Amino acid sequence: MSAVPLLEATGLTRRYAMRRGLFGRPVEVRAVDGVSLALERGRTLGLVGESGCGKSTTGRLVLGLERPDAGGVAFEGRPMPAPGTPAWRALRARMQMVFQDPLGALDRRMTIGAQIAEPLEIHSIGGRPERVAQLLRDVGLRPDQAGRYPHELSGGQRQRAVLARALATEPALLVCDEPISALDVSIQAQVMNLLVELQARLGTAILFVSHDLRAVRQVSHRVAVMYLGRIVEEGEPDAVLHDPAHPYAQALVSAIPHPGRRQRRILLQGDPPNPADRPSGCAFHPRCPVATTLCAREDPVLKPRPGDGRHVACHVAQGEVPARRAA
Amino acid sequence: MLRFLGFRLLRAAVTIVLVVSFAFVVLRLSGDPAQIIMGADAPPEAIAAFRRAWGLEEPLWLQYLRYFGAILSGDLGRSMRDGREAIALVAERIPATLALTIPALLIKLGLGIPAGITAALHRNSLTDRVVMMLAVAGFTVPSFVLGLLLVLVFAVQLGWLPSGGQEGWRHAILPIVTMGIGGAAVLARFTRSAMLEVLGQPYIRTASAKGVPWRAVVWGHALPNAAIPTVTIIGFMVGSLIAGAVVVESVFSWPGVGRLLVVAVANRDLAVVQCILLLVAATMVTANLVVDLLYGALDPRLRQRTA
Amino acid sequence: MSEPLIALRGLTVDFDGAPALRGIDLAVAPGEALGLVGESGCGKSVTWLAALGLLPGRARVGGSVRLGGEELLGAPPALLDRVRGGRVAMIFQDPASSLNPVHRIGRQVAEALGLHRGLRGAAARAEARRLLDQVGIPDAGRRLDAYPHELSGGQSQRVMIAMALAGRPELLVADEPTTALDVTIQAQILDLLGALRRETGMALVLISHDLGVVAETCERVAVMYAGRIVEEAPVGRLFDRPTHPYTQGLLGALPPLDGPRRPLAAIPGGVPEPGAMPPGCAFAPRCPQAMAACAAGVPEAIAVEPGHAAACLRAARALVPA
Repeated sequence: MSAVPLLEATGLTRRYAMRRGLFGRPVEVRAVDGVSLALERGRTLGLVGESGCGKSTTGRLVLGLERPDAGGVAFEGRPMPAPGTPAWRALRARMQMVFQDPLGALDRRMTIGAQIAEPLEIHSIGGRPERVAQLLRDVGLRPDQAGRYPHELSGGQRQRAVLARALATEPALLVCDEPISALDVSIQAQVMNLLVELQARLGTAILFVSHDLRAVRQVSHRVAVMYLGRIVEEGEPDAVLHDPAHPYAQALVSAIPHPGRRQRRILLQGDPPNPADRPSGCAFHPRCPVATTLCAREDPVLKPRPGDGRHVACHVAQGEVPARRAA
Repeated sequence: MLRFLGFRLLRAAVTIVLVVSFAFVVLRLSGDPAQIIMGADAPPEAIAAFRRAWGLEEPLWLQYLRYFGAILSGDLGRSMRDGREAIALVAERIPATLALTIPALLIKLGLGIPAGITAALHRNSLTDRVVMMLAVAGFTVPSFVLGLLLVLVFAVQLGWLPSGGQEGWRHAILPIVTMGIGGAAVLARFTRSAMLEVLGQPYIRTASAKGVPWRAVVWGHALPNAAIPTVTIIGFMVGSLIAGAVVVESVFSWPGVGRLLVVAVANRDLAVVQCILLLVAATMVTANLVVDLLYGALDPRLRQRTA
Repeated sequence: MSEPLIALRGLTVDFDGAPALRGIDLAVAPGEALGLVGESGCGKSVTWLAALGLLPGRARVGGSVRLGGEELLGAPPALLDRVRGGRVAMIFQDPASSLNPVHRIGRQVAEALGLHRGLRGAAARAEARRLLDQVGIPDAGRRLDAYPHELSGGQSQRVMIAMALAGRPELLVADEPTTALDVTIQAQILDLLGALRRETGMALVLISHDLGVVAETCERVAVMYAGRIVEEAPVGRLFDRPTHPYTQGLLGALPPLDGPRRPLAAIPGGVPEPGAMPPGCAFAPRCPQAMAACAAGVPEAIAVEPGHAAACLRAARALVPA
C-alpha cells in the first residue's frame, strides 16, 4: 500500500444560506462542518447518519461537485483542481457517483447501452461495443440487454446499469449515495454483493453513504458516523457496531431492528436539531442521555480514545468527565 | 409583511411604467396622429397647427418626458380627437364594460368551477368526458368565432336576440354568454386538474380512513387545497374585467372601454390609449397582489412567520 | 384462535384486469399484533386499503371482510364511515403528506373526535390535547394550533397516531409507519405503538417491508409475495424455522450484524409483474428449490405445525413421509 491515501479530505466545510418561509431572512446553515476523512485504494468507507447530517453533501464535496467553503480534498496526493476546469474533468473520469434513485439517474429516452457508452465517448476511450458488453457482464446484466430502455428493466437491473455506467471509465473512486435504499430487500442484497465483488476484482475505492448500518457493515472496511455536519465516531465496522463509543452511535446501533432478538433500545428524546439552530458545545448534548455541563459548553474534538484508539468526539467517551447517570 | 407589500408596489410601479413607455414608443413610431385624425387630404397648414397644438413637433424624448411629468402630476392628457379629458372619456365607458364582464365572470365561476369539480369527482365517467369535451371546445374556439356563431344562431336564424348595440339588457345577453363560456371552459379544465391532483394526495386518504363522509372529504379537505392553484386563474379573470372585453365588444359593437381602445389605437390617440393601458395595468397588478395575499390566507405554508 | 376481531376470506383485488391480490385469508384476534411483510407490490398495503374500502374506484374487490358480525365489503358508506377511524383506524407511510396542509393539527384530531365520539368545541379540544399528550408531543396545548408543515416527520406521525386513537379503535392498521423516518425516530414510534397497545389493548396490524421492525413489534407474522400470503407463523418460529423458500430468502438477504462477512444469499431475479404472473407458484421462477410440480398449480397453505402455515409444495411433501 502506498503511503498517500487515494483520497484525503481535510476540514471540509460547506455552508448554505437558508431562508425560512417566504419572507424570512436567510440563516447560515453549516451542512458540513469540518469533516476530515481518508480513503485507501480498494477500500470502502461507510458514512452513516440520519437525514440532514451532511453525509450526502460530504459525498458531493469529495467529488468536487460542490466547492467547500473551507478545507480541501486531495486525490492521489494532489489537491483537487477547481470544478469545471479541464484538469477537473480529466480527473472526474477517475471518480464516479452512484445515486439513490436509478430511474432518475438514467435518461428515459436512451438505451442503457448508449448510456454506458456515453462516458467512454466523453473521455475518448476506444473499443466501445466490446467494452459495453463487458461492463454489462461485469454488473450481472446480459450484453443483449444493452438495447433496453430504463423502464424495461427492474429496479435492481437499473441500479446495475447505473453501476456499469459509473464503472465505464474504470474509476479509482466510486461515491455511492444511498445506492440501495430505493430497492427491495432481496434486490438490496444483490447490489451489495455486486459492490463487494466488483471492488475485489477492480480495486475500486468506495465511499458508501447510507443511513443503513447493516448495509454499511456488509460493504465497508471502516465506518464514520455523522451527526449535524460532523463525524462523531470512526472505526472498524464491527468495533463501532458492537461497542459504539459515542452516545449517538450507541443510540443508532440500538435502534437497528433485529429479528429474533428483543433488547432494550436507547430511545433518544426529540428530533434531530435544525442545522440552522445548532446547539452550543456538543451538538448532540440536548438529546444525549449522559450529557454533562461541560458538553453544553465545550465542543468535543474527534480524536483517538485513550486505550483502544477509537476515534470519537465525546467528552464522556474520552473520559474527560464522568458520565451523568442516565435518568 | 410591510417589506413584502413595499416590494410588490415597487414592482407594480415598474410594470406600469414599462407598459406605458412601450405603448408610447409603438404608437408614436407607427403613424402620425395629425395625419390620421385630420385626414390625409387636410390642408398642410391645418396639420401643422394641429401638431403645434399637441406638441408633436418637439423631439420624441421631450414629448416622452413631458408626458410622464404630466402623469405624475395627475394629468392623463386629453384626447386629440375631441379635446376632452382622456380620463373622463374612459371613465364614462367603464360601466358599459363592467355590465358585460361582471355577469360574464359570474358565469365563468358559477359554471366552470362546479363543472370542473364534478368532472374530477367522476373521473373517466360519461359526465367527465362530456364536460371535458365541451371545455376543450369552449376554449379552443376564439371568442370572435363563438360570438359570430351565437349571433348566427340566436339573432339571425332564430331572431330571439339582437345581434349588437346597446339598447337594453337583451343586447347584453349574447356578449355576456360569449365571454362567460370561454372563461368557464378554462376554469373547468383548471379546476378539474387541481381537484384531481388534490384527490390523489395522501391526506385525502387519511380523511377517508378516519371516517369522514365522502361529501365532507370533498368540501372540507379537497376543496380548500384545490382552491390554492385555482385562485391564480380567477385572479387573472378579475384582473381582466376592464380589458378583457376588447374582442367581444368589437364583435357586438358594444360601446365599452374595449371598443374605445380599438378606436383610439386606430387614431393614434395617445392620451386615451395610455389612459386605458394605465387602468388595465393597475387592475391587473391589484388583482395579482390580492391573489398573492389570498395565497397566504389559503395556504399556511406560505404564511409568514417572523420572530 | 378465539373469535377473530376481523377476518378476511378470499380477498381479491384487480386493477384494470391486473390482479393485485389473489385470495387473501387472514384473521386478527382482539389485542393481537400481526405483522404483514413483503416487498413493494406484494399487496400488503392493498390488502388493508381494500378491507376498509379505501381503494380508488377502478379497483375491483372480491371476497369477504368481516368485522365482528358485519360484512364490510359492499357495505353502505355510512357503515364504512363509522368503522373507519372508529373500530378500525389506519396510519400511513408518509406522515408529512398524510396530514391536510391547510388545517391546524387540533382541528384534524378534533374532526375524528366529533365523528366517532360526538365531541365538539372545548370538549373536543381538551380531548385532542390529551391525545397529543398521550402520543408524546411536547407542549401539546400550543401544538394544537400548529400546521402540519411546522412539525417534523416524527411529530407528524405522532399526530397521525393521536388522530387514529381518537375513535378508540379496536384495531390499528399501521402501513409502513416508520419507513419515511430516520432510524432513531423509527425507534421512538415503534416504542410508542407498543406502549399504546399495552395501555389500550387494541390490536395492531403492522405492514412493513422490514423484517426487523416486524420482529420487534409483532407476535405473529404473515409473509406476502405477489398478492398471496406464502407463510404465516408466530414471530419467533418464523425467524427460527422459516419454511417457505421466499421467507428463507428474505432472511438470508438481510445483512447480519455480527459474524464473518460473506456474500448475502440474494434472491435472484425480480418480482413478477401483476399482468404476467407465472403459472402455479409465483415464486417458482426465483426459487432455488423449485420442482416441476410448482408450475402446475398455485400451492395452498399447509399447516406445518399448529399456527404455522406455508404455501409451498416442499413444505407439504415434508409432512408426508415418502
